Amino acid sequence: MSAKLARRDHRAAWLFLLPVTAVILLVAVWPLARTFYFSFTNAYLDDPSAYSIVGFDNFIEVVTDHSWWIAVKNTLVFTVISVAIETVLGLAIALLLNSAIPGRGLARAAILVPWAIPVVVATKMWEWMLNDQFGVINKILSGLGLVDHGIAWTASSSLIMGVVIFVDVWMTTPFMVLLILAGLQLISPEIFEAAEVDGIPAWKRFWSITLPMLRPAIGVAVLFRVLDALRMFDLAYVLAASNENVMTVSIYARDRLISFQELGVGSAASTWVFLLVALVAIIIIGVLRLDRATGA
Amino acid sequence: MYRTKRRIVRGLQIFALLLVLVYTLFPYYWAFVSSTKQGAALYRSALLPALDFTYYRQLIDNPIFMGSLVNSAYVAVSTTFLSLVIGVSAAYALGRIDFPQRRAMLMIVLMISIFPQVVVLSGLFELINWMGLFNRPSALILTYLLSTVPFTTWILTTFIREFPRELEEAAIIDGCSHFRILTRILLPLMGPSLASTGILAFILAWNEFLFALTFTLTDENRTVPVAIGLIAGTSRFEYPFGQIMAASVTVTLPLIAVVLVFQRRIVAGLTAGAVKG
Repeated sequence: MSAKLARRDHRAAWLFLLPVTAVILLVAVWPLARTFYFSFTNAYLDDPSAYSIVGFDNFIEVVTDHSWWIAVKNTLVFTVISVAIETVLGLAIALLLNSAIPGRGLARAAILVPWAIPVVVATKMWEWMLNDQFGVINKILSGLGLVDHGIAWTASSSLIMGVVIFVDVWMTTPFMVLLILAGLQLISPEIFEAAEVDGIPAWKRFWSITLPMLRPAIGVAVLFRVLDALRMFDLAYVLAASNENVMTVSIYARDRLISFQELGVGSAASTWVFLLVALVAIIIIGVLRLDRATGA
Repeated sequence: MYRTKRRIVRGLQIFALLLVLVYTLFPYYWAFVSSTKQGAALYRSALLPALDFTYYRQLIDNPIFMGSLVNSAYVAVSTTFLSLVIGVSAAYALGRIDFPQRRAMLMIVLMISIFPQVVVLSGLFELINWMGLFNRPSALILTYLLSTVPFTTWILTTFIREFPRELEEAAIIDGCSHFRILTRILLPLMGPSLASTGILAFILAWNEFLFALTFTLTDENRTVPVAIGLIAGTSRFEYPFGQIMAASVTVTLPLIAVVLVFQRRIVAGLTAGAVKG
């Protein structure tokens, strides 16, 4: 292609990219830059124009706040446990739906239902099912004779994190199932047939063929889920507002910013959230790359 | 011996499948059952619905709830439409034209789709105030583009790359402009791709909570998730679970209908972005 034509193509490309660039600048880059800027000021939300620069004070205030570290701990506990359960459960359901059994088409459709339900609605549904006095879960448990009186699932400080993880697993396992199922369908069945003919037992076929071949699909799914879990807000907020037992870093930052109107400190907390997520993303992508490099 | 073993495995698989079905569907069924029970019946755990639709009639007569439904529909439809238009345009450049910054642009798009929304909250708050959009549903359309546009761009780029290049070769030789290639050759073929991407963007916008909670203030400007999230009883013991379940079933029914009808397209959209990315 001649240089002139190439230049015309480049210009056309940027013309097509103009709307997306404008959107990215307006609602991502600019607000991000303002958040970074505000985190160095002592501004308040009711009058953001009156402020002075305070250096790193806000960042120090956040990391010396006990609640912040509780929020960090909650977020990490929630992320690690829920993504781990979702991966194992998602893998199991995907393998089940990939085998030729009657009704798997129906199950594939049904699995989309929890995924499509709004987080707020799913939270309210489970809150009702887990109600200490009238919830159907406690009714079933006491009907089976497993408990004497209803368990206060959502009111107990030790159980509420379990409830948050449980509801999240219910909502997001479908996503895992779909991605792993797509990965499974990329594996050609001949490999399994050959292994079966050679008399290799089922568990070994799973461990030495299925799992290694699924590594890329699972890696991408885990990456997406981890980054999504780290920013979780709605589930814990709807279930428990600002209850410290399940307060995530997103809830902490929004509380400082909106409820306490502290634009400066809230922005600093948001910036810490950004750094936390960026760090985790870099680590996971690094591990995936390493994986690919050693696998090749 | 081999046969009986096979039969046992098959039986276990079907049992596991039933468990999966109950696990995924029972909560929604239970929400429906609870929403049709009145008074004390709500607190007895009869498994069949009482089919008393009083709560639904109350919802229809409730101008604030109906208003939030209208707001949600307006915001989600506008967001979907805008992000499809912007996404198709960007996806054509990223999927079909060779230019030096293409990989960098794709990385930026991907990075924006994964960073936490709370990080831009203060900057967006200022922007929305400055534009005079605070407490208006339109503010939500603007802010939702943050999550939907990178998403539609990414998925539509993978879809466009799947079309064979031969489609446009004749047109390129004839000196057709890129705009004509996109609108006359590719777009007519992209119906299914646009449908699956659009549904995913719609669900994303319909379900969003953080921005909707932060950027709207008064009841008449709320979207449905916030309206449901903020329903509260007069006391802890009068928590209106019946009404909440009726509202939950109402706002979820259209989503579930769409998802079941377009099941294959949704799975195609969800996996297109991830597996090949």
